[in-house]
Amino acid sequence: MKFVLNQELVTVELEDASTTVLSYLRTQKRSVGTKEGCASGDCGACTCLVGELEKDTVNYHTINSCITPLGAIAGKHLVTVEHLAQEQIHPVQAAMVKYHGSQCGFCTPGFVMSLTAFHNALFTNADITHQQPTREDVSSAVAGNLCRCTGYRPILDAGMAACQSPAPQLHNSEVRHWLENLDALDDTPYYAPQTLAEWSELKSAFPAARAIAGGTDLMLEVTQHYRDIPQLIDVTQIRELRVFDLTDKKLVLGAGLSYTQLAERCSSVFPALTAFMPRLASPQIRNRGTLGGNIANASPIADTPPILLAMDATIELNNAAYQRRTLPLDEFYLGYKQTQLAKNELLVSVRIPVAALTHFHRFYKVSKRYEDDISAVMGAFRFHIENGVFKEARIAYGGVAATPLRVKSAEAALIDQTMDNENALANALQNLADTLEPLSDVRASAGYRLTIAMNLLRKAWLEANGEHLPDLHTTAYSGEVGYA
Amino acid sequence: MRKLPKSWPADQATTSKAAIAHESAQKQVTGEAVYVDDIPEWPNQLHVATGQSTIAHGNIRRIDLSAVRSAPGVVDVIVQQDIPGDPDISPVFTGDLLLAGEQVNYIGQPIFAVAATSFRAAQQAVALAEIELEPLQPRLTAEDALAHEDFVLATHSIAMGDVEAALANAPNRLQKSMSIRGQEHFYLEGQISLAVPQEDGGMHVFSSSQHPSEVQKLVAHVLGVPLNLVTAEVRRMGGGFGGKESQSAALACMAAVFAARNQRPVKYRMPRKDDMVQTGKRHDFWNQYDVGFSEDGRILGARMILAGKCGCTADLSDGIVDRAMFHADNAYSLNAAEITGYRCRTNTVSNTAFRGFGGPKSMVTTEATIETIAHRLGLDALDVRKRNLYCAEQDETPYGQKVEQHVLPELIEQLESQSDYRARRQAVKQFNNACRWQKKGLALTPVKFGISFTSKHLNQAGALVHIFLDGSVMVNHGGTEMGQGLFTKVAQIVARGLGISVSRIRPSATRTDKVPNTAPTAASAGTDMNGMAALDAVNKIKSALFEFAGEHYRVPVADISLKDDCLWLKDRTIPFEELVKIAYMNRIPLWSSGFYKTPKIGYDRSTGKGRPFYYFSNGAAVSEVVVDMLTGEYKVIRVDILHDVGHSLNPAIDIGQIEGGFIQGMGWLTTEELLWDEHGRIISNSPANYKIPTAHDVPEIFNVALFDRPNTEETAYHSKAVGEPPLMLAISVWCALLDACASVSEYAFTPDLNAPATPEQVLNAIQAAQAYNAEQSANTEESC
Repeated sequence: MKFVLNQELVTVELEDASTTVLSYLRTQKRSVGTKEGCASGDCGACTCLVGELEKDTVNYHTINSCITPLGAIAGKHLVTVEHLAQEQIHPVQAAMVKYHGSQCGFCTPGFVMSLTAFHNALFTNADITHQQPTREDVSSAVAGNLCRCTGYRPILDAGMAACQSPAPQLHNSEVRHWLENLDALDDTPYYAPQTLAEWSELKSAFPAARAIAGGTDLMLEVTQHYRDIPQLIDVTQIRELRVFDLTDKKLVLGAGLSYTQLAERCSSVFPALTAFMPRLASPQIRNRGTLGGNIANASPIADTPPILLAMDATIELNNAAYQRRTLPLDEFYLGYKQTQLAKNELLVSVRIPVAALTHFHRFYKVSKRYEDDISAVMGAFRFHIENGVFKEARIAYGGVAATPLRVKSAEAALIDQTMDNENALANALQNLADTLEPLSDVRASAGYRLTIAMNLLRKAWLEANGEHLPDLHTTAYSGEVGYA
Repeated sequence: MRKLPKSWPADQATTSKAAIAHESAQKQVTGEAVYVDDIPEWPNQLHVATGQSTIAHGNIRRIDLSAVRSAPGVVDVIVQQDIPGDPDISPVFTGDLLLAGEQVNYIGQPIFAVAATSFRAAQQAVALAEIELEPLQPRLTAEDALAHEDFVLATHSIAMGDVEAALANAPNRLQKSMSIRGQEHFYLEGQISLAVPQEDGGMHVFSSSQHPSEVQKLVAHVLGVPLNLVTAEVRRMGGGFGGKESQSAALACMAAVFAARNQRPVKYRMPRKDDMVQTGKRHDFWNQYDVGFSEDGRILGARMILAGKCGCTADLSDGIVDRAMFHADNAYSLNAAEITGYRCRTNTVSNTAFRGFGGPKSMVTTEATIETIAHRLGLDALDVRKRNLYCAEQDETPYGQKVEQHVLPELIEQLESQSDYRARRQAVKQFNNACRWQKKGLALTPVKFGISFTSKHLNQAGALVHIFLDGSVMVNHGGTEMGQGLFTKVAQIVARGLGISVSRIRPSATRTDKVPNTAPTAASAGTDMNGMAALDAVNKIKSALFEFAGEHYRVPVADISLKDDCLWLKDRTIPFEELVKIAYMNRIPLWSSGFYKTPKIGYDRSTGKGRPFYYFSNGAAVSEVVVDMLTGEYKVIRVDILHDVGHSLNPAIDIGQIEGGFIQGMGWLTTEELLWDEHGRIISNSPANYKIPTAHDVPEIFNVALFDRPNTEETAYHSKAVGEPPLMLAISVWCALLDACASVSEYAFTPDLNAPATPEQVLNAIQAAQAYNAEQSANTEESC
């Protein structure tokens, strides 16, 4: 396989499909500026940039190189910290020094890369005017980077200050030429079919191969359990999995779209999903992780399935014989980590009825930490209200059972009741208490989970009734009384 | 010879005392800074992994490692009997075994180790072992150990006055117990060592360690060779926070044993998943307080029982529980006190040093007590605090040391005013009255932290200062660089002492063959000790240079000085480079060693009285939080800090320590929840389920200022230590959360709030306050 590493065209004989970008860099290439902090995509010390040619520009995004298979960057531009300081130090690096953004320095290359991606997008992306970013923008850009020394304030200052200086190009014409002409994957055990038909062929040719999308969960088998995965079929480039389509009936979301891509494309048609995205993992993970992966992985604590359940989503599956079927997501989950997905099937897309998008809906996530944490409870609610009466209600949760689920008995308690009927709410809450069987684990106790599940329904009900419950994390309290 | 003052007056407006960048900053942002894992590998280098106990307590019945030995890439496999020297690698006492022998005492304890040709091969091989363990009943909590009087070390008490009488006669009294969880260090660079065999059976060890001298000693012991055959070297760590004080030695020893057996370089890098299970953490504590107080909130007497969960061995727990005892007063005069510290033994990984070293554990309970007293009396907690602060009239600590520098009364007044505390208290009340779904909380808490190792012999340091013939300078000392800026500060001290610019000075890696027998870089005392040792070396060099210059240029020594990179004589200047060359040609030594021992200190354990600390560092913080009544989620809105670092050596580095320490302490008390299951398995075992703060958690408004008064003790340019104290400023966040929860019952009731105050714990406290309200209104109805 071929790709560009900084300023060098690289050809690698990939022996093991699960070789990570980080192990390639540190062990094979002996390029050690990129650090390993956790090997699980949680700390960001290993952050690198991946540049992809899209139309006329090379767009760069961050990845956790520790859990990104090398095969996934075939044909792309991999940028590491060593590349940034060319004739002079990069503005982000200079600002990190000037504002005392590094102490022990081990997380620093990762922060520099995340800030560089932000800085680069600010100056090269035509959609973004060259306005001064807010502190929240910079903070969000480093949401996937942990620092244990500084307390972050100087890093945010550095990020703000760096945006005063223009971004140097991350590639020259030679790199661009390579990217335009790279025939990336050939004869490797990492396959990237472009169509469902190609996928079918590969699936029959290599029955033992595992499917990989973002790999943000699968690759933990490699880095945490030291399993070897000899062959991988990357499904994210399959055309049918990359659709994004809005008709007057439904919104179709390709299963292979990354969270970042979803957030961008849904901003006007499904803004609540876009607004929710900062709560889902970190930027690096959102750049790799896919909607399909989140659904098919069948984790009871996944964040998007409750949302999709509340929105009455259906899913489209294809098998290797190229046969297609659709089913409501509500019927997909059978038990803990068990789904209707057959061994030879692939999740292709998710369809959301457009009508649901017009109804009142709220998505709440409760976790110990605001950013990049796994839900204790995820609650998603949709109410179709006509003339002050609930015509339709959807109450869906993650984190309260072996699968993501709708609580239909609680929904039924609200249907045809006036929206401000507190008795109906009390019945629905009682239904939750009777139905849900959450577990106690490292994230929360069963009792807390049940309380939260009930309180989140109450919160959605209050909001539907026009009560103002300010969002803790997006409200600027410091503008209030008592502040000079 | 002219006698030079220990410290120079701060009269030079040069970079030598300015907010210059960390000496490695440029290298760190470009990825050029070398950490142990970045050292180029040898072609024949081996990599280590360990096979671990799967039960908390048990006897090892049988070990079959044949499949491990024959796994691909495996070169060597060892059990305890294969260690040539002493397998006990305890830092102070005994019991910390490099590999388990007959018994296992915690889940994750290494039983055997593998050296293989790659990191992955080693990790894959250890999974193939067959080990038969006979389970024994484990002890898993401090409460259980306390009930069974199962301790790793003897119990220690300190006392002042007649506590029994003080409590009995007090008009008000409260009993409070509180459990406080530990903390995972989560240094970004995991534990690592690289051992390279040398001639004569020697070993050169590159280690990520806060204590190279101990690494040297223990490597020599496990190899069974004299200390002069082992060199430990530490250029920098990717964070330490106490977690690399004693815990790094095991990796160095393991790598060294394999390196000696195979005569090949061996690296032992612990992956995060092992590091979070196998290395010690901050102690859990179970504290019980009985406090008597007057109607105006003055503490009249206190009995305090502190039980630290030490884990399966002593490690550094004696000093840690001692320090918890020494800080149970925090900043308050207790009048009469009896403080007892228990060192509880549990079948969990042996807990270890962590920034604050026991201090935070008693201090948070003391501050919780103050909040409770305020609620009982209907007072503002700040007024209770101010009433109890040490001052000239009430200055004796329970261990007999008098507080001499009364910094806090003035510091708190200034912070109270700068942070607009009183107006914001009113605003918080208004907000809470108006808002049903959210409540705000506000708290100002002080920190008084004792500086010095409480083990007296550790309070010594050495340094080397070399001036080379081009006028460049190298400084080396026993302190290690873990990001805290020690190397930068010592370089600034040397520059200031020599009157030259910092750019001339290069700090070099800490090595046991340069400065021997050093103390760990810990107890916040790195700069105090190593900076003074370096100044001692500087002064010796200057004495020789001045004496020479006086004779050479026929100028009275009193008229000679070094500043602005020149030697100043009465009527002319000699550039530093020229001075160096002339001095060399005249056979004047241009280098020296320096030594320092902290004066005045000494604590008598048999009487529980003495002066364990040279001085105290101080600070205070005001935190304001807002809490969601439906979920217990919260946000820290604003934090104002005023902190005492004496005269700052480098304001940027000091503020970096204060902010970083505060956020780390905030993590400990909010989102970082260290949890074990009923089998003794740590379940917060990865960054996916153990959540340290991210950038979003930094308060919207975060004002940090230095109090800037000189330390009245003779320290380096009258600065003060800064490493640990700011961590405990975060207790203000916890108290603000408690304040918000107590507001639910109009402060008539103080709900229990455990630490860390996760959203779940906060919701529990809110519900407790609501239950209190319900009970009160039920009682009122009954009485009607």
